[in-house]
Amino acid sequence: MSALYILIIASIVVAAGFLVAFIWSVKSNQYEDREGAAMRMLYDNEISKPYTESKFFKPQIDE
Amino acid sequence: MDFTERKDITLPTTTKQKNDCFHCGSTCFSDDFVFDGRSFCCDGCKLVYEILNNNGLCDYYNIQKHPGLAQIKSIRNGKYGYLDEDTISQKLFKFSDGKNAIVTLYIPGVHCSSCMWLLENLHRINTGIIDSRLNFSAKEVTVHFHQEKISLRSVVELLTTIGYEPYISLEDSGSSNPPKFSKQKIYKLGVAGFCFGNIMMMSFPEYLAHHGTIEHQYAGLFRILNLILSIPVFFYSASEFFVSAWAGLKQKMLNIDAPIVLALVITYARSIYEIFSGLGGGYLDSMSGIVFFMLVGRVVQERAYKSLSFHRDYKSYFPIAVSVITSEGVVSKMLADLKTNDVVCVHHEEIIPADAILLNGKARIDYSFVTGETEPVHVPEGAMLYAGGKQNGEQITIQITKPVAGSYLTSLWNHRAFKTDKASKNIRESVVHTLSTYFTYILLALAAVTALYWALHDPSKILPSVSAMLIVACPCALLLAASYTNSNLLRIFSNNGLFMRDASVIEQFSKVNHIIFDKTGTITQGVELVQNSGKSMNLDECRWVYNIVKSSIHPMSRAMAEHLGLQKSQNVEKWQEVVSQGVSGVVEGNEIRVGNIQFIGAVAGQKHSNFYVRINDKICGFSVLPHLREGVSATISSLQQQYKLSLLSGDNDKQRKALQLYFTDDRTLLFNQQPADKLAYVEKCQKEGDNVLMLGDGLNDAGALQQSNVGITLADDINNFTPGCDAILDAKKIAVFPSLCKLARSSGRMINFAFVVSILYNLIGLTISVQAKMSPMIAAILMPLSTLTIVLISTGLSAFVAKRFGLKI
Repeated sequence: MSALYILIIASIVVAAGFLVAFIWSVKSNQYEDREGAAMRMLYDNEISKPYTESKFFKPQIDE
Repeated sequence: MDFTERKDITLPTTTKQKNDCFHCGSTCFSDDFVFDGRSFCCDGCKLVYEILNNNGLCDYYNIQKHPGLAQIKSIRNGKYGYLDEDTISQKLFKFSDGKNAIVTLYIPGVHCSSCMWLLENLHRINTGIIDSRLNFSAKEVTVHFHQEKISLRSVVELLTTIGYEPYISLEDSGSSNPPKFSKQKIYKLGVAGFCFGNIMMMSFPEYLAHHGTIEHQYAGLFRILNLILSIPVFFYSASEFFVSAWAGLKQKMLNIDAPIVLALVITYARSIYEIFSGLGGGYLDSMSGIVFFMLVGRVVQERAYKSLSFHRDYKSYFPIAVSVITSEGVVSKMLADLKTNDVVCVHHEEIIPADAILLNGKARIDYSFVTGETEPVHVPEGAMLYAGGKQNGEQITIQITKPVAGSYLTSLWNHRAFKTDKASKNIRESVVHTLSTYFTYILLALAAVTALYWALHDPSKILPSVSAMLIVACPCALLLAASYTNSNLLRIFSNNGLFMRDASVIEQFSKVNHIIFDKTGTITQGVELVQNSGKSMNLDECRWVYNIVKSSIHPMSRAMAEHLGLQKSQNVEKWQEVVSQGVSGVVEGNEIRVGNIQFIGAVAGQKHSNFYVRINDKICGFSVLPHLREGVSATISSLQQQYKLSLLSGDNDKQRKALQLYFTDDRTLLFNQQPADKLAYVEKCQKEGDNVLMLGDGLNDAGALQQSNVGITLADDINNFTPGCDAILDAKKIAVFPSLCKLARSSGRMINFAFVVSILYNLIGLTISVQAKMSPMIAAILMPLSTLTIVLISTGLSAFVAKRFGLKI
């Protein structure tokens, strides 16, 4: 029956691990933006070609 | 999903989008803006496309169809000049060491995944930007950039050019921000949940085993472990209740947290005593359960709407800095540094920062936001201009006569209505608060009676029975009833377009019996043109006029184009626009002039109109009337049955006739109301015993919104500027407003019902405990059972009622 001692301690340690993981996830702002991450993972980093050949671009600011 | 696959399918072809702007999707009123075989609605949209195209960022258009925002406005050179000032930029920077800087900007226009993609690829447009990251829910982009290569001003200008103009306000970025959703509470909740779960698990053997069957060594171990696990619950998670109860006691008040704290302390003390004297396992499971469920209740009630601000005053509507003309030229000056006699330049669409005299230029001031007048006012040189008005048209120079805070409009904020903290006043008046005071006294009296009874009969039972009673009578179920009902109602309200500042607003809302409407911007929106003189135009004439006005961006031309509807494009000869006069041109040989009376050269004796169209010799006059919002008439007539209604308008009473159709009592239609008059009216109604709900939109309503029991701001775009208020209503949802009122009215009954149920539980517990028969097992069953019932009743009931009123759950 002494196995019970080990099991109980182990179960509490595992649960404590989850508690730490939870606190860490809150602390690292993972709940700050719940929509963004789902979109971000879909973008690939490859650079697409321009639709047309490039012309020199200058921001147009009028007075 | 592989993203590359979607490219071939969604790449729009030019033939399909013939009439929709490739960038923003709005209807193209002309085909002047074509680039790359794609049509755009305006030069701005075309320009954004060119920038993205040249930087290889056209994936933007593959992620969503027409992701852009309409670009009718272009940035004026120097608009963001003030960002070059160190004092201002330092306030905005999150971090800056002279080389690198990090700034977080709020971008109201963010709305889809394309926006995110583009805003996170800013480094490809300008190499000075190291990286950028968007918080989608908060609509905030954090840009990290090299200060030597690019200035803050250029970053902001870049964002504006590609269509994501940041909303910059020092007030929002400063420390005066309302505290963000507290993470501490979440940690406390996490710890309490963890301990509660484990304590429950280890208490099970005690419930199930009959006395003595559980092996002694294990019973001891479980109890000690429970005790260890309960330490963080009692000293960390429950600290909220201690702090609040202590704060109440210091002000000589017994708030609702006092009996909770009493119950917690007694439970804890008795449990420790039982464990160490070997009498039993104590009530640690119930105690941690109470703490956990109460914290859940508080966290869900604190639902925070990111990117919504309920605390704004005039400062966030006013510009941060203005261009002041000095002997050294034009310099940017912060609003707070503005002095009397400073000469300020005000450009098109800019706001007059303080009361001033017009020195030169054609002033056409739109006061609709500050006073509620619909029509812009022409002001002659040398006349007074009031702070808050928006200049339409050319640049004007003004001389400041009063400091910003002392100006006519801003002085409203010195009224005492703004000095009271509405949120804490609401809490003081709430049912839970009053109830809790009685509750505590009754409880203490009952405890005394029980103690007296057992002192006469069996003194050994005094301690067990009194302590058990105080534990069981913990008002947690009562509190849970209110907090779960409120949090579920908050959720339902927000699903239906009404966003409340906090739960205390619901209770105030439920007591409302008088609703006051603002007119301009609230029950009316924009303008519509109504022909009031001359013969009506035939189909050909409509088409000709349309082709004249379509290329002009003047608000009247736009209103005219909208009035006529989309028509066939035709060639226009000799088209010309005279600023603030009108447009003219020749179509199919007919001379068309659209504009004011001087411009079209009308003969005297013509009936007065705001706006004229001349086709050869035929003259048609149009008057501009505020356009009644869709759904408003139905809303008003259905509210009429249950509420007193009033209308306060800063506008003249041109529309009195039209509005009398909706408001039966003519005495409650008040026109030409100044902001202070509106506040006074609300105060007067309250003195007569009414609970007032004010529905407004502009700064002119700010005083009335603040003074009323519930101030609701109607907003077309909930992310735009709204004056300080208790709740924000999405203008598109005005039609469901009567149902929302009904739901608010029934909220009191729902909470009362849940109260009754929870009191029943308390009575059962009390009956058992006054007889000194309470055991840990009964406590352990009663506590979660009562919590569960309360949660189910409060959420179920509110969802059921909402559904009956036809609301989205």
